[in-house]
Amino acid sequence: MAQWIDACSVDDVDEEDVIRFDHGDRTFIIVRDHEDNYYCTDGMCTHEDVHLADGLVVEATIECPKHSSIFDCTTGEVETPPACENLCTYPTKVEGDRVFVEI
Amino acid sequence: MTFRDYNLTGPANARAIASGLVTESWYRTPIDRKVMKALMKRSDHPATRDTIILVVLMIAFAVGAIVVMPSWWALPLWLAYGVLYGSAMDSRWHECGHGTAFKTRWKNTVVYHIACFCMIRDPYCWKYSHVRHHSDTIIVGRDPEVAIMRPVVVVKMILNLFGVLDTIDGVKRMVIHATGRMLDDEQDYVDPVFFPKTYRTARVWMMIYIVTGAAAITLQSWVPLLLIGLPRLYGCWHMVLVGWLQHGGLADNVLDHRLNCRTVYMNPISRFIYWNMNYHVEHHMFPLVPYYRLPELHEVCKFDFPAPNRSILDGYREMLPALWAQRKDPDFHLRRGLPTTAHPYHNGPLAEPQLS
Ligand code: FES
Repeated sequence: MAQWIDACSVDDVDEEDVIRFDHGDRTFIIVRDHEDNYYCTDGMCTHEDVHLADGLVVEATIECPKHSSIFDCTTGEVETPPACENLCTYPTKVEGDRVFVEI
Repeated sequence: MTFRDYNLTGPANARAIASGLVTESWYRTPIDRKVMKALMKRSDHPATRDTIILVVLMIAFAVGAIVVMPSWWALPLWLAYGVLYGSAMDSRWHECGHGTAFKTRWKNTVVYHIACFCMIRDPYCWKYSHVRHHSDTIIVGRDPEVAIMRPVVVVKMILNLFGVLDTIDGVKRMVIHATGRMLDDEQDYVDPVFFPKTYRTARVWMMIYIVTGAAAITLQSWVPLLLIGLPRLYGCWHMVLVGWLQHGGLADNVLDHRLNCRTVYMNPISRFIYWNMNYHVEHHMFPLVPYYRLPELHEVCKFDFPAPNRSILDGYREMLPALWAQRKDPDFHLRRGLPTTAHPYHNGPLAEPQLS
């Protein structure tokens, strides 16, 4: 059953940036957009096994470091090829200075 | 001598997978995230400036050539136009295909499609072909963009200096696509959702070429063909000359771009035409860094990379003897020393034990 997990501090992620967040045997990313909203999605690109945490965040999108597929972090939707599959997204909330994700 | 089968649909493909060469575990130089974030940052300015310069120069050379024809002065003007069409468009195809040239997405898309037309490269097939080139760089049986196959065949290289084989291949693919079919190798790397777009693109391009040919016949003039189509042949020499340096004479079937890519310092004109792809190790290791930040990336990575070649000539001095040797011995390749500050090479699963 999904539960809220304390993932990181709000300051662990710079504005328009991303960090990797591993939990159990799974890997996720925590993204902070240009308006200080936080998102959590799967950490691996859906095209090949590449960590999105090395990618580029522009507003609320993340671009894969390998072949530049862009994903919308709010929905997980893939916006540009070569990836065709969307990312799974997970609810996030900020309490105090902590970012929680429901996974 | 190890036989190399570059066919993507042949047994070498399965062999590469079985031997562990198809993997994400390529070596990457560790770079601080803040530094990398700054290096990846996009801007519209450099590519907009360069595109305006490119278009203005192309118009100026073409108009100048037409005006002075039939004088011999037209020749250098056509050659200059041809290089911008047949070589600069290759780098625009490349950078805009990566989506890194412009910050604004539609600008990348527009320039990408124009460049694809000039180079006779279907936008969707070549997007995926280049994706594969980055995933499996110079992995035999996997990489569709190996420019110099081994054993090296000199005649083939000379023909390609004038784009002969590539143009024949591009036209063949365009005609097949226009009839609603894909080639076997394309089916290995292109996502089928793009097949209909490929067919549509080929039909539009064929119409443009037919109209161009008809204009040449009607006007009894070479000008339409010198403007559209032929520059792919007479102007591609620069792309080919600098392109061979990217991987020529270096290792294949390895998992470290420092072993199979070459960085070469070049003159500013070549760098404008080539959009800084002379920083080729850097580009392969970090493809999200736009072309105008590659010199900065080069400085950051220097401690971990083999010394760059000092010039195009220096690159050829290193590469040509290796290519000559590869005519007879396809296993021969260069292995350049690393600075003492560098991390050791990551050879990959096929490394011979005595190699460090
Ligand atoms: S691995 Fe992410 S787009 Fe290819």
